[in-house]
Amino acid sequence: MSFQFTILIPLIPLISFLIIGFLYSKMSNKLAGIWGSVSIFSSFLLSLFTAYRYFFEVGRVNGVYPKILGFDFEWLRFSDSLSAHLGTLIDPISVMMLVVVTTVSLMVHIYSIGYMKGDRGFNRFFAFLSLFSFSMLGLVLSTNIFEIYIFWELVGVSSYLLIGFYYEKNSAVAASKKAFIVTRFADLFFLIGILILSFYTKTFDFISLTDPSNIAVMQTGSITFMGLSVTTWALLLIFIGGAGKSAMFPLHIWLPDAMEGPSPVSALIHAATMVVAGVFLVARLFPIYALGSDQALQVIGYVGAFTSLFAAVIAMTQMDFKRVLAFSTISQIGYMMVGLGVSGYGNEAGLGYMASMFHLFTHAMFKALLFLCAGSVIHVVHTNFINEMGGLRKHMKITHITFLIATLAIAGFPGFSGFFSKDEIITAAYHNNKIIFYTELLVAGITAFYMFRLYFRVFWNQEASYEHKPHEVEKTMTIPLIILAFLSIAVGYIPFGNFISSDSMPLESHINWGVASASIIVSFTGIIIAWVLYKKPSNLPERIVSSIKVLYTWAYHKFYIDEVYLFVTKKIIFNLISRPIAWFDRHVVDGAMNGIAWTTSWVSESIKGLQSGQLQKYALAFVSSTIILSALLIYILLNV
Amino acid sequence: MGKPIRITLKQANDMMGGLALQDFLVVSTSMFFIGIFGFLTRRNLITILMSVELILNSVNINFVAFNYFLHPEAMHGIFFAIFVIAVAAAEAAVAIAIIINIYRRFKSINIENVSEMKY
Repeated sequence: MSFQFTILIPLIPLISFLIIGFLYSKMSNKLAGIWGSVSIFSSFLLSLFTAYRYFFEVGRVNGVYPKILGFDFEWLRFSDSLSAHLGTLIDPISVMMLVVVTTVSLMVHIYSIGYMKGDRGFNRFFAFLSLFSFSMLGLVLSTNIFEIYIFWELVGVSSYLLIGFYYEKNSAVAASKKAFIVTRFADLFFLIGILILSFYTKTFDFISLTDPSNIAVMQTGSITFMGLSVTTWALLLIFIGGAGKSAMFPLHIWLPDAMEGPSPVSALIHAATMVVAGVFLVARLFPIYALGSDQALQVIGYVGAFTSLFAAVIAMTQMDFKRVLAFSTISQIGYMMVGLGVSGYGNEAGLGYMASMFHLFTHAMFKALLFLCAGSVIHVVHTNFINEMGGLRKHMKITHITFLIATLAIAGFPGFSGFFSKDEIITAAYHNNKIIFYTELLVAGITAFYMFRLYFRVFWNQEASYEHKPHEVEKTMTIPLIILAFLSIAVGYIPFGNFISSDSMPLESHINWGVASASIIVSFTGIIIAWVLYKKPSNLPERIVSSIKVLYTWAYHKFYIDEVYLFVTKKIIFNLISRPIAWFDRHVVDGAMNGIAWTTSWVSESIKGLQSGQLQKYALAFVSSTIILSALLIYILLNV
Repeated sequence: MGKPIRITLKQANDMMGGLALQDFLVVSTSMFFIGIFGFLTRRNLITILMSVELILNSVNINFVAFNYFLHPEAMHGIFFAIFVIAVAAAEAAVAIAIIINIYRRFKSINIENVSEMKY
């Protein structure tokens, strides 16, 4: 069964990007919007077709889903045994990611036609969206770690371009630079990790990298450094790259600022697809993590758990609609990392892996929906701050209902998709690590609280005084909301373990009712507290805040992590390292160069008088020196 | 055209009238330095060109004299002198063309006026 056509899935958006980009000023907005949407729609159909063919027509071979090279092209040949390929790798997680990316991207494209209407940069926006779709689809289809690195940087660039979309705004420019620099900084470690890993395994290829028999070979032959094996080091470095892109503590600082971009961008890039690239990367290399290095996996688990708690606490205090969602995204990605961190390889132990991928899938749907709803609300009320909103349920019925569905899904309300996936992560943590289990249970409660705080504050509570009377947004914007709301409920009922598991064997997952009831109770508590505090206007929240003033201030200022970064970069790196280097560069390096130039010009200035232009002076010099030289020569010859 | 005058080696030897190589060298050296002197001191481009011719001709004398006195059986020196004459003719043509252009441009053939190529 051929999968050659899969190369078209990323290429169609690329072509769309080139066409919209080159015909930028010639194309009408409507045409650009439709063109972008149609091309992503064809990628979407191809992805569905791929999924159908892969899971149902090819199916299992010897009980596992095979890894298929849909398309393979040798691009750079370093030696007989090492070469970099470009191509498409078809396996369960790449097919799942194809579906996720194209679905969300399609919804965001359609939504953006309405959302960006009348914007000066409409065509630019669609060109960048297509570029991003191309990069992200290339990333998920990568056959080797070299190719994934290329697309990894490409999604970084498109994210940079889209965060800084409103480039007249200083804050947007600063945010885009911050996002690019922070993720690029993390990618440095990723690159070192790639180099170490491929140096010891002599391959870039995912299929041979993740082959369990190869991993054993790598283990026995590797040396140790600072008490950890080389494999662990390589995997940790690669994880740092993933943590940068997935906004794990302490590299999360760029994601809240990335909300400066238009809301559809936040939905597509900074909620559903690009930010889960780190999770995808770890999942892609999961057999190496699971079989090669327990320490690395533990680090991932703890980092994920800490990040999810940390971000959830901050999310409770934020007043900016999109920032709450941004911290919620960080927290949910923390969940996915936890799922991977507590997972083992194969059978029941691999529950965490399956749960993590499942959560990635469901989270993409409901988080994209939340951001699109946020976009609609901000579009209508022209403010980001939730204390300037309220009572919107009467004016925006569709947005209200879809937002409620997404909120129930993320809060883990039974029956909604988030409940199933989150519950499996918590169950996996329960079997593996009790500390992480209790943390995640607590975070589930906090998540329910801050999401319903948002919901009640925006859609209930006291109606704020709006400049214009709020109204429901247009059809191109509400249709994606409705589709995503439907998906936010429906995807939870997919028997996910049948399709994706750590070793591709079918994994029956049952709801562990003990754990599930604990998490349900916790979520309900969160929802009820939010109900009491925010459904009607009251001074209760202020009183609670004033009773825990210090804690609140710290959380409100995001635990001053940004300030720590600024201190480290501005005070320590700039003053102690950059300034001396700049001084050395300006005075010693430049000074040497300027000195050479000055000496040259001084010498030529002083001897230029010789070039008098008088022919006879030259001739005199020539004749006299010839005479002197001949005399010398004769003298020497006579005295030999 | 009259009958060509044929001169045998013997007759030529007689015509030299007992002159020695040194005599030729004295003449050519004097001519050479007269040429150099003229080249360095004259200001008129035509005169300078004439000085150059003087230098070339002094060289020709040397060629012929050395050929005659040191290798009477060979003809290389004589041929060389003929080459030099041919080259000198070509050079004179080029030089005069240049001088005419200089005159058109500067309305003078004084070499001191032609110093455009200085620093």
